[in-house]
Amino acid sequence: MLVSLKWLKDYVNISLKAEKLAERMTMSGLEVEAIKEIVPAFTGVVTAKIISVKPHPNADNLSLCEVTDGAKKYPVVCGAKNIKAGDIVPLAKVGATIPGGYVIKEARLRGELSEGMLCSEAELEIGDDASGIMQLSHGFKLGLPLEKALDLKDTVLDINVTPNRADCLSMLGIAREAAALTNKKIKIPEIRIKENDQSIKRLTSVKIMDPELCPRYTARMIKNVTIGPSPVWLKTRLEAAGMRAINNVVDVTNFVMLEMGQPLHAFDFRFLEKGRIIVRKSKKDEEFVSLDGKSRKLTDDTLLICDGVKPIAIGGIMGGLNSEVKEDTSTILLESAYFNPQSIRRSARKLGMPTDAAFRFERGVDPEGVVRALNRAAQLIADLSGGSVCRGYIDEYPQKIKTVKNIKLRLTRVHQITGTKIPTAEILKILRSLEMKVNAAGKGVYRVKPPSFRMDLTREIDLIEEIIRIYGYKRVPETLPDISITETRHNYQDMEKRLRNVMNGMGFSEVINYSFIAPSSLDNVLLPTDDKRRNVVAISNPLTEEQSIMRPTLLVGLLDTLKKNINNGYGNLKIFELGRAFIHRQKGKLPEEKNFCAALMSGAKTDDLWGLKTPTDFFDLKGCLENLFFDLKISNIKFAASPSEPFLHPGKSCTVFSGEIPLGCMGVIHPQIMAKLDLKQDACFFEINTDLIAQASKTVVNYADFSRFPAINRDVAFVLDKKIEADYIINIISNLNEDLLENVVIFDIYEGKGIPEGTKSIGFRFSYRSAQRTLTDSQAGEVHERIIRNIVDLTKAKIRGENKQEE
Amino acid sequence: MIENLQQLEKNALAEIQAATNESEIIAIRTKYLGRKGLITQLLRDIAKVPQEQRPLFGKRCNDVKELLTSRIEEVLRLQSGQNAEEALLKEKIDVTLPGRAVKYGRTHPVTQVAQEICSIFSSFGFSVVEGPEVELDYYNFEALNIPKDHPARDMQDTFYIEENIVLRTHTSPVQVRVMEKVKPPVRILSPGRVYRRDSDVSHTPMFHQIEGLLVDQGITFGDLKGILAVFLKIIFGQETKIRFRPSFFPFTEPSAEVDICCVICKGEGCRVCKQSGWLEILGSGMVDPAVFKYVGYDSEKYTGFAFGLGLERIAMLKYGVSDIRLFFENDFRFLRQF
Repeated sequence: MLVSLKWLKDYVNISLKAEKLAERMTMSGLEVEAIKEIVPAFTGVVTAKIISVKPHPNADNLSLCEVTDGAKKYPVVCGAKNIKAGDIVPLAKVGATIPGGYVIKEARLRGELSEGMLCSEAELEIGDDASGIMQLSHGFKLGLPLEKALDLKDTVLDINVTPNRADCLSMLGIAREAAALTNKKIKIPEIRIKENDQSIKRLTSVKIMDPELCPRYTARMIKNVTIGPSPVWLKTRLEAAGMRAINNVVDVTNFVMLEMGQPLHAFDFRFLEKGRIIVRKSKKDEEFVSLDGKSRKLTDDTLLICDGVKPIAIGGIMGGLNSEVKEDTSTILLESAYFNPQSIRRSARKLGMPTDAAFRFERGVDPEGVVRALNRAAQLIADLSGGSVCRGYIDEYPQKIKTVKNIKLRLTRVHQITGTKIPTAEILKILRSLEMKVNAAGKGVYRVKPPSFRMDLTREIDLIEEIIRIYGYKRVPETLPDISITETRHNYQDMEKRLRNVMNGMGFSEVINYSFIAPSSLDNVLLPTDDKRRNVVAISNPLTEEQSIMRPTLLVGLLDTLKKNINNGYGNLKIFELGRAFIHRQKGKLPEEKNFCAALMSGAKTDDLWGLKTPTDFFDLKGCLENLFFDLKISNIKFAASPSEPFLHPGKSCTVFSGEIPLGCMGVIHPQIMAKLDLKQDACFFEINTDLIAQASKTVVNYADFSRFPAINRDVAFVLDKKIEADYIINIISNLNEDLLENVVIFDIYEGKGIPEGTKSIGFRFSYRSAQRTLTDSQAGEVHERIIRNIVDLTKAKIRGENKQEE
Repeated sequence: MIENLQQLEKNALAEIQAATNESEIIAIRTKYLGRKGLITQLLRDIAKVPQEQRPLFGKRCNDVKELLTSRIEEVLRLQSGQNAEEALLKEKIDVTLPGRAVKYGRTHPVTQVAQEICSIFSSFGFSVVEGPEVELDYYNFEALNIPKDHPARDMQDTFYIEENIVLRTHTSPVQVRVMEKVKPPVRILSPGRVYRRDSDVSHTPMFHQIEGLLVDQGITFGDLKGILAVFLKIIFGQETKIRFRPSFFPFTEPSAEVDICCVICKGEGCRVCKQSGWLEILGSGMVDPAVFKYVGYDSEKYTGFAFGLGLERIAMLKYGVSDIRLFFENDFRFLRQF
């Protein structure tokens, strides 16, 4: 809400500086977001009197004027026709600037000297009238700066009115607040209507078909109006409030809306067929052309104001083109009504018409202000357009409007909420300053009735808020609650924190991608149409197609981040994200939300490491994952080549299990995806479900005593079928449950020259150790032989080399 | 003979002193102490010394011999030490070359802020809980006292999935979900992603909030002020000036917007604070009795406060980031600075 201080002072006598007032308002709940100075778009323009007007000797369209600013006479060449000796006009003197950045200079026009320029309203941007030189009142002193003469300077407060304060969507509402804050009284404009002897009731009628949506409709008629521009005082007020001046009738309706908060509408009565008003709901697909010239198809629940035949306005939102006030309008039917706030809001949203009127109606106008605004506007229209107001007004009021009620206020409750002892006298004073009626109703209890325009005050807590905001939040002492110690445990958050630490330590940086992605991105990552993740959660009103579905996997965002960074010259990337993936369950139900940790690794192993430029591969990322599980104390992890994800390289990918539970996937991104993204490098990816990780993660450590006796190591290389996985052999070994075998690791993998095609060589190092004694060679050898024999039997492996080592 | 010995000692010490390298010392040792060395010879000539002087002469000879031996050894030890050092110095490396460790990754600045805030409130006894990001209209609006067709819905432009399912516009629905399950006292904190249909220089359609809620007997507006003031001073510094001003949220009453003195201009007025000298930092208020009614709490017995703040906003102020969109572009030139 834009609040002109000059205008505000019509209702309350404010002596505070704008900044001070703004601070008071802000600190009591009307946040002033900006303070704007309004200055005219010109300088150096003064009031001047035309002494004489003579025709220009060399040009038919120009005249030669002599003007005076009271001190000096100036010759001025002028092209306007509406001037004569004795007129008081604005003179832009040499050196003056006028809108558009023009600087007035001494000039010769067709041979005649001109020391200045006489200006029209439009040229000074005071008004729209460009037809001639602006005529000023004869009462002005000469030589007065025009902005002073016309009082054109102003300060405007831009106030952010919260949705609960419908009453502050008006100048009077703001004035009331200002008055309460500064201990002043407000001046309500006095309304005097001179009525003619024609009764409105004999000229028109109003019938409300749907009292639910329109509980009250009032109307007045003004005859014989002359449509024309509004006076400057009215125009400047509207403009200060951010509105455009239109004509003396429409401007009055807007002015009164801004002044009192009650939206009004003026119809040209001659276009009202059968001369009457019917208020009804629209029919399905009924079409209507509103004032903005747009044709709209309506649903069956929009409130329409109709004449005897057709709709003439969308109730509470916008008037119709067919009944608009025109230049030759002479009879006005003025509407002031109360519409159902929810209905107006629904319609305004559905139609995409967030008009000033709708904004006020949906927040709720003062039910008792409807007629007051009607009368105020009728009077002003009559005053400004020369019309005469018909006798009486129509007030159709078929349904009682919910209005303010008495509220019980307990002083103990005020204290319970605020924690501060506000003196009773001050509480009562605050309430009364806000125009509430306060009566004692027992010990420490009061009966409070808010004014009719404070529809937001319905409960005791609302009153407490009013008390404390005017009392001042600042005056409430800060205290710390007396609260007991409770246990706080954050298993999931602790797990996430450790996960981040491990990932950071391994060189991964955290990214945060939007949760919404483009539907096409699922095709790009080769997700088959029957994949479960194709059951996407789609946004019904997305900002863009690119952000229209909730991601079912974190992959898309990470690839996107990789691509962007490679384009920026950062090709060695290790990134991870913690976040949710979404899968649609069924209509009306919330989707499944799973927490994931996903990582992507691409480029060289280490960023700008001198000497080493090896690209990362599957095993680098697998190592990271293993570290992660190690730190989170998740045991029995398995990496199984199948099932594999469609977006991963079929030969370089796996599913990660904890026991039988699949935690997620990891592998090299499918080369087709990288090619589609136009990326020349490989990337490795994992995505694991952190909900499951949190469950599997152990926080308890069970320490086991370690043996202090030396170990005997034996290295063996087996040559075996290439298709046999390392895990298969490890399983053979562990299934034997040999007590003395402490550990077995793979130390070498070889394929190629020297061994038959289709085979590979895997080197294992076996460590044997006893917890009770130093092992002898033969004791270790016995176990070792058993293990080797089993491997050879089950895999048909050949032993390529054997080696003994002692620790 | 004794005089000879004294002269010999003097000469030998001078020579050791003057020697510059290992071989010179070894030559000196041979010259004096070798099998045919000067001292050895003197001892061999002991027969020429009168009988009664012989013991003394013998002792003196041995003294000199010992002195020279130890002096020579000392010099030799010194010399070989020096040589070893010289050898090590030849292995000198360029210590200014970069280290070879895997470069540490960064935690996203928004996460860092979330962690800091969570840890502060954890120390006040608040538990961290999370809720769904795709939320029922009921929890996101209705149970927070924001009925359908209420103008308060304008405060948050909403993404819809279905008629009654939305992307949560704030973390506040978690309050309701928790209070539905837990009896007071309640002390929770809920961080997470939220979504609003808004995208420009200062708005991203997704951002992060943290919601806090404290409900117990005897909690007052003064407590709200007290706890939030302590919190903001930890985050922004003990000297931070804080102000509470009335505002409106449908689920709290009275409601307070909390501002801190602008961290950029220190209250002088600048572009960041729109010349006001103050920065809006969080929204808060006493839980509205209507919300308590939804979750079945007795509002006469229990009171409480809730607050919510935007993590990106805090991160922007803390780190001096001027464009919120940077948080989600994930550009390494940005991320690696945190």
